[in-house]
Amino acid sequence: MRREVPLLITAVVGITFVVKYFVPHFPFNRMDAWFADWFSIVQACAIVLGALNLLKLSALKVIGQKSGWGYALVIILSFMLITVIGLAEGSDYRDPGTSFDWLYVNMFIPLSATMFSILAFFVASASYRAFRARNYEATVLLIAAFFVMIGRVPVGDVITGFMPEGYRFSDLAIWIMDYPQTAGQRAIMIGIGLGVVSTSLRVILGIERAHIGTGD
Amino acid sequence: MEAFFEHFRLWLAAFLTLGIFSFLYKDNPWYKLTEAIFVGISAGYWFVVLFWDNFHGKFWVGAGEYSINWVVAKLTGAQAPPPPDSSIDFMLWVGAFLGLLMLLRLVPKIGWISRWPLAFIVGSTGGLWLINYFASNVMVQAQATMVPLFSSAFGTGFDQNADAVIGALIIFLGTFSGLVYFFFSKAHTGVFGGTARVGVFFLMITFGASFGYTVMSRMSLLIGRIDYLLGDWLGMIK
Repeated sequence: MRREVPLLITAVVGITFVVKYFVPHFPFNRMDAWFADWFSIVQACAIVLGALNLLKLSALKVIGQKSGWGYALVIILSFMLITVIGLAEGSDYRDPGTSFDWLYVNMFIPLSATMFSILAFFVASASYRAFRARNYEATVLLIAAFFVMIGRVPVGDVITGFMPEGYRFSDLAIWIMDYPQTAGQRAIMIGIGLGVVSTSLRVILGIERAHIGTGD
Repeated sequence: MEAFFEHFRLWLAAFLTLGIFSFLYKDNPWYKLTEAIFVGISAGYWFVVLFWDNFHGKFWVGAGEYSINWVVAKLTGAQAPPPPDSSIDFMLWVGAFLGLLMLLRLVPKIGWISRWPLAFIVGSTGGLWLINYFASNVMVQAQATMVPLFSSAFGTGFDQNADAVIGALIIFLGTFSGLVYFFFSKAHTGVFGGTARVGVFFLMITFGASFGYTVMSRMSLLIGRIDYLLGDWLGMIK
């Protein structure tokens, strides 16, 4: 019951959505829209689980006075701050001038932008290790990355300013992105496509069961 | 008062920005504090967004409010709401029901029922992707790769220039050899192995270009933050 029912649901729903592609009549022609809506609603319920889990873990840390409990308290307070304000604002919570918008502009954006921007430093240090031209393949990777990077900043065209239009670093970067990069990307995309097809078949047929867990 | 809040706003964002940047020196209490704020604010932000946009915007407006009003009217004998118009879609209740089942995970005794909505989502995603990925990632990409070499379209004659012909050849060669590399059911030896090796070089160019592209996008974020610190906060850039 605990394993068979989810497997049955997966198979029936999966086959229904495959059939839907070939039947352009009601109700199959509405299923894409329905699925998108259902998925959105389930997402909203899933975030409740996630948020409760975060609060529970943080609260346990605070109550037990475990290492770093002060930071756990900050997590709870900042979560409560933006959530209470956002829920109290009503459905127009995003309008400019609202308290939620103030928190979004002055806290969420600076934090997320800075968090992602420091990746530039880690990427630079990783590239120093990875980009050493140890063999032909690494050298090709290094050259492609160099031309794309230098072609996307003004100094690239300043350096190659003496070259005719169409042969500068920016043009080379565009050419790399348009042709060899596209070719490799297509091979990867086709590979991913075939992989998704086989994995989906395994899921629908019940061969792949990771999503229903291992317990009873 | 307005000036105070303007300064407070600038200093708060600068405090958070520098707190995250301080990790570049080493892990420290300032970074941990801003990290905790980031975790709490992000979780809360997405909670609010998903509540208002997905739950309220879709389910409550689309079906929930009307249904509840109708049931309340029936129970209390009050005047029932007018018949639903086209904006009301009772199928949204299926999503609400699935969401409710997912929340049963909070009840340990019947928490296993939360696997049903998960099975529904996985099954429907599998069914959708099986066809959609095959159509978009395999068929469309293969079609875009095998284009007329010397013509801009079928039947237009020899109207392509040398750049376009070479470009089409490179794309075909790169895609084909890349796929040969991904074919592991045959040993990569002889002509097959040579083709696979060509594919590796195309894949390396792809990874290098993607890497460079990613670095530049991160750099633009970094420049944005430095611009904020030096311009908006310290006023050194006018």
